Amino acid sequence: MNSEHQHSSNKLYKFFIYLLLIALAVVIIVPVGWAFLASIKQDVEFYGSPWALPEGFHLQNFADAWQKAKMGSYMLNSVVTTAIALVLLLVIALPAAYVLARYKFRSSSFWNMLFMAGLFININYIVVPIFLMLNNGDKSLRSLLGQPFLLNNLFILALVYAAMALPFTIYLLSGYFKTLPKEYEEAASVDGAGYFRTMVQVIMPMAKPSIVTVILFNFLSFWNEYIISMTLLTKPGLRTLPVGLMNLMAAQKSAVQYGQMYAGLVLVMLPTLILYMLVQKKLTQGMTMGGLKG
Amino acid sequence: MNNRKGRGRFIFFCLAPAVILFTIFLIIPTIDVFRMSLYKWGGYTDNKTFVGMQNFSKLFQSDKFYQSFQNSILLIVVVSIVTFAFALIFASMLSREKLKGQNFFRIIFYIPNILSIVVISAIFSAIYDPNSGLLNAFLNLFRSATSDPILWLGDQKIVIYSLSGAMIWQAIGYYMVMYMASMANIPESLYESADLEGAGRIHQFFSITIPLIWTNIRTTLTFFIISTINMSFLFVMAMTGGGPDGATEVFLSYMYKEAYTNSSYGYGMAIGVIVFLFSFALAAILNVVTKREHLEY
Repeated sequence: MNSEHQHSSNKLYKFFIYLLLIALAVVIIVPVGWAFLASIKQDVEFYGSPWALPEGFHLQNFADAWQKAKMGSYMLNSVVTTAIALVLLLVIALPAAYVLARYKFRSSSFWNMLFMAGLFININYIVVPIFLMLNNGDKSLRSLLGQPFLLNNLFILALVYAAMALPFTIYLLSGYFKTLPKEYEEAASVDGAGYFRTMVQVIMPMAKPSIVTVILFNFLSFWNEYIISMTLLTKPGLRTLPVGLMNLMAAQKSAVQYGQMYAGLVLVMLPTLILYMLVQKKLTQGMTMGGLKG
Repeated sequence: MNNRKGRGRFIFFCLAPAVILFTIFLIIPTIDVFRMSLYKWGGYTDNKTFVGMQNFSKLFQSDKFYQSFQNSILLIVVVSIVTFAFALIFASMLSREKLKGQNFFRIIFYIPNILSIVVISAIFSAIYDPNSGLLNAFLNLFRSATSDPILWLGDQKIVIYSLSGAMIWQAIGYYMVMYMASMANIPESLYESADLEGAGRIHQFFSITIPLIWTNIRTTLTFFIISTINMSFLFVMAMTGGGPDGATEVFLSYMYKEAYTNSSYGYGMAIGVIVFLFSFALAAILNVVTKREHLEY
């Protein structure tokens, strides 16, 4: 009698839990799915009920966003910036993390501490000082070369991105390098490999899983970033995707072009969603490995 | 001997690029924030005048600053508490119960975390739209359609809660995954013996789960403060622009506007210094208050 009672209350409890889980899942899926549906609606459809399904595939929205709103060229800017920033970050952070994790020298603990302290520096506080620094640099360059170079430059933007990601990336990678046994270097040195060759040919291939994690995280943060990009790229033609989307949001308020705005929105989030679906396991695992994100 | 020299050179060339980049783009600007808070400087001209603490005294007389202070505190409290509660409850449901589709739920809940804040802002602006938004359309099912639409982003009293709604939506999955990871380390045997003693689920949650992930909870409290200050800035810049009439102005959006848009650079940096010190102090206080004896499994 008693156990039967317990059994049914257990069932009720399970049912309640499923209800809560499904409720939260709906709250998350509906807005995202709705944005996808809205991106293929015609502008007139937005005056009807927001719950109505689209009447057809109005792909013209994407063509408009791509060309008229220049989201196509912004996408190219985003791809270029993200790619350069990732390459720079890996080329700079990998050797530094390796040396910091596996070599003892006089100032090694100082550098380790310095980069750890960097984890606490927040980009949002220093974005304006960086802008002014580059602006002043441009002023001197103009008088020197007759041409500004630092602002409105995708490469410099990528360099700033890479610098921002350095502390966390070094922290993550050197955490991994510390776990490797010393024998690898000893064996390589017996085989006559130099320091550089040991690092590139012996250690780096082993670090592949951590490198993949680093790339995933930083791809997302570079691709989605907009404050630095908005501040350092002041020319209207030169924008990254999220800043372009902000522009579309503002434009939609004055001229009613809902469809185009949602199409732009889908263009920004689709690459990240696809990547997430492919590697979601790695991403949530990596997050708990690092356990920290800005 | 030659080998030693090679080793030193190797270390130098590996470390130098990172140190240079780090110094130029992180250390110097950080020092600049503190240094420039003592100057009156427009930013674009070379006329810097040392004014000492004048920027700070001006700051403490500014109504706008107090408004942004109030809004930030409100957001920190509301967003942290709600996110914390939801993340903890959902994490414990997903890791304690044997459910179908566990993985599916985890994947879905984490999605907001991979979207750009601009994307989330655009989606929520659309949801909150008074005429064609999902939220008002949903509420109209329960109330008469003739009543005035609720201005989620236009009403000064409501807008800050609309903003926190979007922020909570974004943050739950992230903290949930984090709590799930530390809950996975709690040995099953503890729950089994609690079951035998007849302790209910809620009792188990408070007497086993919470104490054993306490270290993790403490860490996330610091995250909550820091990330709410940052995220509120990102959301405000993309969603409300601080409006209507300053009702959603937060710490860093006020700083950005003064330093960049208004180009009162020195004054803006003074705001930055105060916000930094404030968040540091708040995190330290929370850290002391939440100190408990460390429990081992």
